[in-house]
Amino acid sequence: MSTATITTGRAPRFSLAARYGASVPQVAAMIVVAVFLLAFLVIPIVRVFMVAFTHPEGGFSLVHFGDFFRTNLLRQAFWNSLYVAAITVVVASLIAVPLATILSRFRFRGAALIHTLGVVPLVMPPFVGAVAMQLIYGRNGTINLLMMDWFGFRIPFMEGLNGVIFVEALHYFPFILLNLSASLANIDSAMEESAQNLGAHGFTLFLRIVFPLALPGYVAGAALVFVKVFDDLATPLLLNVSNMLAPQAYLKITSVGISDPMGYVISVIMVVCSVGGLALSGLFLRGRDFSTQQRGGGGLSQRELRRSGRIAAAVFVVVAVALALSPHIGIFLLSVGTVWSYAVLPDAYTFAHYETIYREAGPLISNTVLYCGLAGVADVVLGATVAYIVLRTRLPGRRLVEQVAMSAVAIPGLVLGIGLLRTYYDVTLPFSGESLATFWVMLVIAYAVRRLPYALSAATAALRQVHLSLEEAAESLGAGKFTTLTRVVVPLMTGGLLAGFVTSFATAAVELSATLMLVAKQADAPLAYGIYVYMQSAAGRGPGAALGVIAVVVVAIATFVSYRIAEHERNLKARVGAFT
Amino acid sequence: MTRGVAIERVSFSYGDNLIIDNVSLDIAKGEFFAFLGPSGSGKTTLLRLIAGFGIPSSGRILIDEKDVTHLPPWSRNVGMVFQNYALWPHMTVAKNVAFGLERRRLPKAEIRRKVDDVLHLVGLAEFADRRPAQLSGGQQQRVALARTLVIEPTVLLLDEPLSNLDAKLRVEMRSELRQLQQKVGITTVYVTHDQEDANSVADRIAVLDRGRIQQVGTPIALYDHPASRFVAGFLGTANMIDGEVQKDGRFVADGFSLDAAGAPAGRAAISVRPQDITVGPAGTGIGATVTNREFLGSVTRYRIRIGNNALTVDVPHRRDVTPYPVGTEVGVVIDPQQAAVLR
Repeated sequence: MSTATITTGRAPRFSLAARYGASVPQVAAMIVVAVFLLAFLVIPIVRVFMVAFTHPEGGFSLVHFGDFFRTNLLRQAFWNSLYVAAITVVVASLIAVPLATILSRFRFRGAALIHTLGVVPLVMPPFVGAVAMQLIYGRNGTINLLMMDWFGFRIPFMEGLNGVIFVEALHYFPFILLNLSASLANIDSAMEESAQNLGAHGFTLFLRIVFPLALPGYVAGAALVFVKVFDDLATPLLLNVSNMLAPQAYLKITSVGISDPMGYVISVIMVVCSVGGLALSGLFLRGRDFSTQQRGGGGLSQRELRRSGRIAAAVFVVVAVALALSPHIGIFLLSVGTVWSYAVLPDAYTFAHYETIYREAGPLISNTVLYCGLAGVADVVLGATVAYIVLRTRLPGRRLVEQVAMSAVAIPGLVLGIGLLRTYYDVTLPFSGESLATFWVMLVIAYAVRRLPYALSAATAALRQVHLSLEEAAESLGAGKFTTLTRVVVPLMTGGLLAGFVTSFATAAVELSATLMLVAKQADAPLAYGIYVYMQSAAGRGPGAALGVIAVVVVAIATFVSYRIAEHERNLKARVGAFT
Repeated sequence: MTRGVAIERVSFSYGDNLIIDNVSLDIAKGEFFAFLGPSGSGKTTLLRLIAGFGIPSSGRILIDEKDVTHLPPWSRNVGMVFQNYALWPHMTVAKNVAFGLERRRLPKAEIRRKVDDVLHLVGLAEFADRRPAQLSGGQQQRVALARTLVIEPTVLLLDEPLSNLDAKLRVEMRSELRQLQQKVGITTVYVTHDQEDANSVADRIAVLDRGRIQQVGTPIALYDHPASRFVAGFLGTANMIDGEVQKDGRFVADGFSLDAAGAPAGRAAISVRPQDITVGPAGTGIGATVTNREFLGSVTRYRIRIGNNALTVDVPHRRDVTPYPVGTEVGVVIDPQQAAVLR
């Protein structure tokens, strides 16, 4: 009863707390997040849509879309983009599906190693490897020179759209491999045994039981590949393929100017396709999360392969791993080779490119560390705030804030870049008079918005692990909300937040689409931009490759660190779990 | 007896681990048979061998006198209900149940009729179009049973079918299972680690431990005449007292002796159930001391000491009877008729 007397003293604040389970600082934090998202995600994207749908003389209009579909080049670009994304999914599936099946189904040595190798391509963005791939698989590359010598014909791996498809497929197949493997590993062996018990075996068993149960994982992976490829700008540009949507949008904005509506029309179409792809897969996956409905788990029963099967599987695995590693090998050879042209391998080897980089690339690297570090910190703070508001308060609109933050996943970097440019181009900074859109901080903001979904997922997962009773225990011992937050909640979330930071940092370090739109001067450019610029000239390939190697090493270390953090957290939780 | 399932000198090893060690067993046609044993005793492995999941390293398995040792699971027409039910989450209840019939290439109309019939039999007719995830544990259990029964298998194999259900539902399902088995008349093998489950449903039980059959018999025979310490201890609670049978036919242990006429002389043990020992005032039997006492409702459970032996004794509780306090000297009577002599 005594508490009742106390509360009447500060009724307004307490009624807020009682109604929404929130305090004034929490409301303030949510407003800050909402304003950030509104200013740097919602408004820029709305601006892009508005420009695309506005008649030259004002008012709503579809006239620009009419122009788009009447222009041969753009119509072709649209179909090319769809074609490349779809065929990339097919090619990536041809590598990933057998690999996942072989790895999950059959017992053989080195399976764990191959699982790890399969993830390697993800460490490097596709555009970095694109040039090296030309040298290996191009018309006069290693493979085709050898083929000409031995068999007298070439395979056009890298001709036109083929090149984009090939590079993207080798880069992104692990998305399918990882998701499908997870799906397969989740299938309870009793699912299969019960079917055998009822008379099914062989192909029927696969078609009726294994395939439908693994399909959700495959679809999730395939949708991700489709969207990533559809959005990729740098790979087609570096392979001199410009008749696709992303390069067209980029060229329109950079050569014609930010007032040309066609760039915005393309952006809208890209957003629609990207959102559509994800929505379709989401629709398909609804109610099909079978992993939670199976009790046993433990994966399909593994089988011994017959001799012939073992050889076939081994050959496939070796070829797939060689393909997956070839961009990395290529980029390494390029970085230590003197001249590599019309030859199977570089003519001679040198460290000169690394020396060039050491002299020239200092600012690129320090810029990257600065931008991505800031973006990572911003993501962790924003992600943790949103996670806390969603899970621990009943503030109205908290779900909306979360959904808006997560929606950045479906927005191509290029489109976000264009939106930010358009929205803030005319806003000038005090003193210098520089445009806000081309101020380096805008890159940090773009990275933060783009990577926020990762950090938010990590923070949500971390906070879910902190049981409410741990907070209540602290509060019952006399700690206030703030003390509880800083002494109990945040320390318990540290591992998850750190993993979120590293992921944001590493993926932002190789982000190029938004970067290309927003970098105004060389001095502000980050690593990814540097690689892109170097790679465009024949003389710059060596140093560009050396930078690429550095980027790969940085991202690989970051990925490894975040993996270790996650693993450490899991072990810790498992130990605590034993007592609860 | 017509043999429904015959296991002849079957051994099975996994790597260097001998899981099933030279097991022979005849299960009568139409019999409800249970494999009872602790985890790791090989009972599930033996069941899986009957289903065809694994091939014995030696020995034969016959179903209806036909050697099926090397037949794959899908050619045996043996129905197995899995511990976790293994219902396919991507199919409706009706599709799950129809699966085995479709494999047998039955006409569509007949499949529909049989699925209908079996769902009626297990009382789930109105759930045909649901997904397994929308059913309760008990309902899922019935679907799994229906899916297996509908193919009219020669043998029904049940792998710990009640272990995922709560206590009340267990008791219900187990009597339902028994009734269903009686109605269908199918040879049934039931694997469990729970003696109460086995006792209440099975015609006969094989007790397994470390890959070997310890004893086969009806529930009452196993309870009353355990052949080994393991069986005596695994079925119900038993006091095991070490001692020696002397030439005159008396069993002698520390602090007391007992008539054991007929037992061969030598080192032995006796097994006595807690409820078969009576406790009276000091001087009425064997001298003993109460060391602990728990009131369990229907009985008072005493720990008493006779010489070096500690025994558990259950005394039925009557209204307003004050139990003996800890430390009391009491007299204990053990009826030789109720004591099993073990080697």
